[in-house]
Amino acid sequence: MPVAEILKTLFILLVVVGGLAPLITWIERKQSAVMQDRIGANRADIGGLTLIGLFHPLADVLKLLGKEDFVPAGANRVLHLLAPLIAAIPAVIAFAVIPYGGVYRFGDHTLSLVVSDADWGMLYIFAIASLATYGTVIAGWSSNNGWSLLGSMRASAQMISYEVTMGLSLVGIFMVFQTLKLQDMALAQDTTLRVFGFLDIFFGLSHPAIDWIRLPAWGVFYQPLAFLLFLTCIMAENKRPPFDLPEGESEIIAGYHLEYSGMRFGLFFMSEFIQVVVIAGLMTALFLGGWSIPYLSTQTIVAGVGRFMGTGFATGLCVLLHFAAFMLKLGAMIWFQMALRWTLPRFRYDQVMDLCWKVILPLSIANVLVTGLVMLLVQEAA
Amino acid sequence: MIPLEHVIGLSAILFAIGVVGVLVRRNVIVVLMSIELMLNAVNLAFVGFNRAWPGSEGAPSLDGQVFVLMVIAVAAAEVAVGLGIVISMFRNRDSVDLEEASLLRW
Amino acid sequence: MSFAAILFYLFGALAVLFALSMLLNVHNTVAGALSLVVTMVSLAAIYVLLEAHFVAAIQIMVYAGAIVVLFLFVVMLLNLRDDDFAPGRQRLVRVAGALVGVFALAQFLRWLAPGLPELPAVPAGFGGHRAVGIALYTDYVLLVELIALLLLAAIVGALVLAKRKLDS
Repeated sequence: MPVAEILKTLFILLVVVGGLAPLITWIERKQSAVMQDRIGANRADIGGLTLIGLFHPLADVLKLLGKEDFVPAGANRVLHLLAPLIAAIPAVIAFAVIPYGGVYRFGDHTLSLVVSDADWGMLYIFAIASLATYGTVIAGWSSNNGWSLLGSMRASAQMISYEVTMGLSLVGIFMVFQTLKLQDMALAQDTTLRVFGFLDIFFGLSHPAIDWIRLPAWGVFYQPLAFLLFLTCIMAENKRPPFDLPEGESEIIAGYHLEYSGMRFGLFFMSEFIQVVVIAGLMTALFLGGWSIPYLSTQTIVAGVGRFMGTGFATGLCVLLHFAAFMLKLGAMIWFQMALRWTLPRFRYDQVMDLCWKVILPLSIANVLVTGLVMLLVQEAA
Repeated sequence: MIPLEHVIGLSAILFAIGVVGVLVRRNVIVVLMSIELMLNAVNLAFVGFNRAWPGSEGAPSLDGQVFVLMVIAVAAAEVAVGLGIVISMFRNRDSVDLEEASLLRW
Repeated sequence: MSFAAILFYLFGALAVLFALSMLLNVHNTVAGALSLVVTMVSLAAIYVLLEAHFVAAIQIMVYAGAIVVLFLFVVMLLNLRDDDFAPGRQRLVRVAGALVGVFALAQFLRWLAPGLPELPAVPAGFGGHRAVGIALYTDYVLLVELIALLLLAAIVGALVLAKRKLDS
């Protein structure tokens, strides 16, 4: 059904990515203002109406569009013009495999709320993430500026290093859910997890009272270490503070996008914010149960509400509730990233690399080993 | 349907471009890139032949694709060492011209 | 001609075009490396058309995402801008090289002519991560171990080669 696919794509582009990303610039300003005890952006107005500063993204975009589009002398013109696009496109298309709703059946009609239900969803994410390096590298090199070149060299080293650990830190999650497809992972998290289930499996102890103690079967509860490691890696991939070494203002002015102005700079800027949304979506789908509602699985809702209102209505309700749950988690993860960005001090460059190769890499390998061991023991016992 | 001949033909063309690159160019980095191109051409042939003999239902035979993965891993190792050599050569000779590295000792 | 075949010729043409551009671009190594990226990504697209999904993903991740970035990194580290390697006395070698290349190509194409089968239908799961993973960790597990050793040796070798002298 190409029509449904096109609608889903437009929805993601216009609402989730295109709508949220400008909003995030506003959220970030407000967040920083709150954390620094300021009032924050609230001056832009249309006829006296300020809407607590919500017109600032609009004003920003208008300003950027009005600026002169400048290509420095001695720059490689073609590559300099292409680089912002190469940076922005991977950020936008990464959202294609992130589910923003479950799989629903209306009569003989199945609706899966994800743009691409490919079997190799996470591989796609990794491939896209590895292509994202080129935007910054080309931007820095083509600008014909020493600072830009230094920035893009830092960016390429940092991004290649963190790609390795990013993949490795997620292996535990793949082992637990036995799939690379994000929609399947979200479906597997739409249930509950017995906190003391290991007593039953290993010692045959079970009691209804203990059985009642449950957590949502979210990835973060299966793989807490992987959650931390992956969040660190993917934030380092995005190059935002505290990992903003490629554009460290105090050392290399603005790094790889130093020579960009107007909307071309705006594209670099926006692609970082779009990646914030993508990171939030990924963390939600992998570790926070995706669109699922804790303790309230799809079957429960369909069975409970369906008894009074009919299955069709109950399924429709599920669609809305799940989408709301997804957006709520997405918002929470975006806020979390903003809070981190304004809380943590910057790393030094050698600290960033040490963190990757000497801390995260061994920890993720240990995580894979322990996960495998536990899974083996559980399989033996069960 | 894609004709297998054309897949292998494409592979051969890419391989030939790689061969010419290795023989003609003097920049060590471009020579290494040409070697990568040849490896890629071979990978394409592997994938094409594997597609032509895919095994039977329930028992897919993926020998070709497994070999492609091996080639990719070897290529990664080769590039790491090769570029290390390039960097140390640049340190010693201040150039990446292959002609400059024609002596057997320093 | 089916849609897949059209895409195949399109990406094949792209791959050849940008491989040639890498070969012929003697002034700008960075542009050469970027042309190589286009070739690699086109090949990944062709792998998808040939039902090798996992290999395609790995191709983009490792080749386009890591290996060529390493090339770019080294070019930028050595700051090779507009390096020109004048032909000079090497013209003979060049012509000979081109001749060898064309001869090799002609041999390949002559051998190609008849006798290759039509592409059959593929079994379910062919080329997916599951099937490739099973093949890798059952039939080819020794090979995987050997590759791991090789990569370790390469890491150590690269470190030794690229590290500055320790005595300073």
